[in-house]
Amino acid sequence: MSHPAVTPTSHSGTGTEPVLSVRALQKAYNVGKPNERLAIADVTFDVAKGEFVCVVGPSGAGKTTLLRCLSGLLAPTSGEVRFEGAPLQEVPARLSVVFQDYSRSLMPWLTVNRNVALPLKVAGVAKRQREDRIAEVLHAVGLGDVGRNYPWQLSGGMQQRVAIARALAHQPDMLLMDEPFASVDAQTRFDLEDLILKVRSDLDITVVLVTHDIDEAVYLADRVVVLSGAPSRVEEIVPVPLGRPRNQLVTRSEETFAQLRRHLMELVTAH
Amino acid sequence: MTPSPDAPSRPETGRTASADVPSVADPIVAAATTPSQQFAARSGRAPGGGAGRLLRGLWSNLWRLWFFVTVLVLWWVLSADSTSTFFPPLRDIAQSLYDTWIAGEARSDLWSSLRHFAVGYTIAGVLGVAVGALLWKFQRIGHAVSPVLYFIYVIPTAALLPAIVAIMGIGSSMKITIIVLAAIWPTMLNTLDGMRGIEPLRLDTARVLHMSPLATVRSIVLPGAMPQIMAGLRHSLQIGVIMMVVSELIASREGIGFFILEAQQRFAITEMWTGIIVLAVVGSILTFLFIAVERVVLAWYIGARAVEQKG
Repeated sequence: MSHPAVTPTSHSGTGTEPVLSVRALQKAYNVGKPNERLAIADVTFDVAKGEFVCVVGPSGAGKTTLLRCLSGLLAPTSGEVRFEGAPLQEVPARLSVVFQDYSRSLMPWLTVNRNVALPLKVAGVAKRQREDRIAEVLHAVGLGDVGRNYPWQLSGGMQQRVAIARALAHQPDMLLMDEPFASVDAQTRFDLEDLILKVRSDLDITVVLVTHDIDEAVYLADRVVVLSGAPSRVEEIVPVPLGRPRNQLVTRSEETFAQLRRHLMELVTAH
Repeated sequence: MTPSPDAPSRPETGRTASADVPSVADPIVAAATTPSQQFAARSGRAPGGGAGRLLRGLWSNLWRLWFFVTVLVLWWVLSADSTSTFFPPLRDIAQSLYDTWIAGEARSDLWSSLRHFAVGYTIAGVLGVAVGALLWKFQRIGHAVSPVLYFIYVIPTAALLPAIVAIMGIGSSMKITIIVLAAIWPTMLNTLDGMRGIEPLRLDTARVLHMSPLATVRSIVLPGAMPQIMAGLRHSLQIGVIMMVVSELIASREGIGFFILEAQQRFAITEMWTGIIVLAVVGSILTFLFIAVERVVLAWYIGARAVEQKG
């Protein structure tokens, strides 16, 4: 399957221009040096507006490298990433990123309010509207009156909610998430999965989420992009025909869920 | 707080010398890291909270002074009948202290010293942070400049004194220059080391949030390096006080150091002791003020560390 994304799928959105378009992406480290290493060999896929796409792959498959290329933090060696039609130069303004390690992505010297205010200050939002907006997004991620607290005074799950709130603050079109729930306990992980589904449907936002957790990918996604081991290629793009809204108990016990899970397991562990 | 192995909430200070950044500047950085580690160990105490706790803290601090008070009392009692030229009774020293430094003319020496120190220390602090930040920002230039800096750094400032006196005379500018030249290093090198130690993910976050380079330095890099910058400033403070006195001992007609030397030369041993006591008091007050400022500036850091230690 050289260009699997070309095959139309029932869940790939409305058929308009894709929000994110990845073409023959290749990324090598230390190019021209003896320790040159190919992390991503050839990755091609599209993400339609409003779609939820998960990227899975065996550990060491270059998932984080891929996400850094998609966000514009890292320039690909060859190939192209287009966001809303334009080739990526820097991190696009209408794109937000949530990292796995909230303890590092949140600034411990700033209160929750000030952390969430960072992108709003950059965007030049006036103080009054900033305060309203902060209260709004903190509410949207299910956080009550924690604005005056410091991140380190909150639990891990709450800290990641703050990071998500900050990513949503300036109303992006797309959210890129790098293993966002890998550092929290199982119960919190379920809560955060449901939170991101709710946020996505409330705000009609496009989400690309990288994870090593196959169950999580099936539970969340409209489509799952399966990567091979390093250097990564797209192994298969699997549509997820599960209904919405999804429910941790019901969805996870459906027959389709089990089949998809099994299929993805086979793809990921085959290498 | 949920314990999770993948999520250390550890701010980036107290590291050992940056083994991850091999460069020409490493010996300097290694030399400068020691005080910050000492600092990290010191500030590991849990912060106070609530009025009761504050009172308890005050009481335990007062209680800690028992030994100091005992020594003073012993000194007072044992020296009461002293006829030794070199160890006059503490009562006489205390009387002289009041007459000379509070009621008398030595006040001008005190102000002169403090003025030179304040100007010199401020310049050293501001320049130290600025140069450290520039060396961090422009790494290529930093690598080129580092050997030169290291070369200057290893010269004991005392050895430069004759040259500086020859060039600048014995006025205020000489004293301030000496303080700056000696006190700038810990702040500069700790700033450089602290900024190098900023988590790469914090800088990625700044890019993802589209922060300008200036905003990144102001809101991410400077606060992130602040624990180490403060450790450097504290070390600079001690060096600044030392060089203030040294500059007055070598070539001066005013200042606490000059007062001590001059008293010794005319065998006014009691007055000489008062000068030394004034220095001790000045040093203590400066350190105390510094700690007070540090508690405010690094409140987040002290709090985060306390949470981390509780697990």
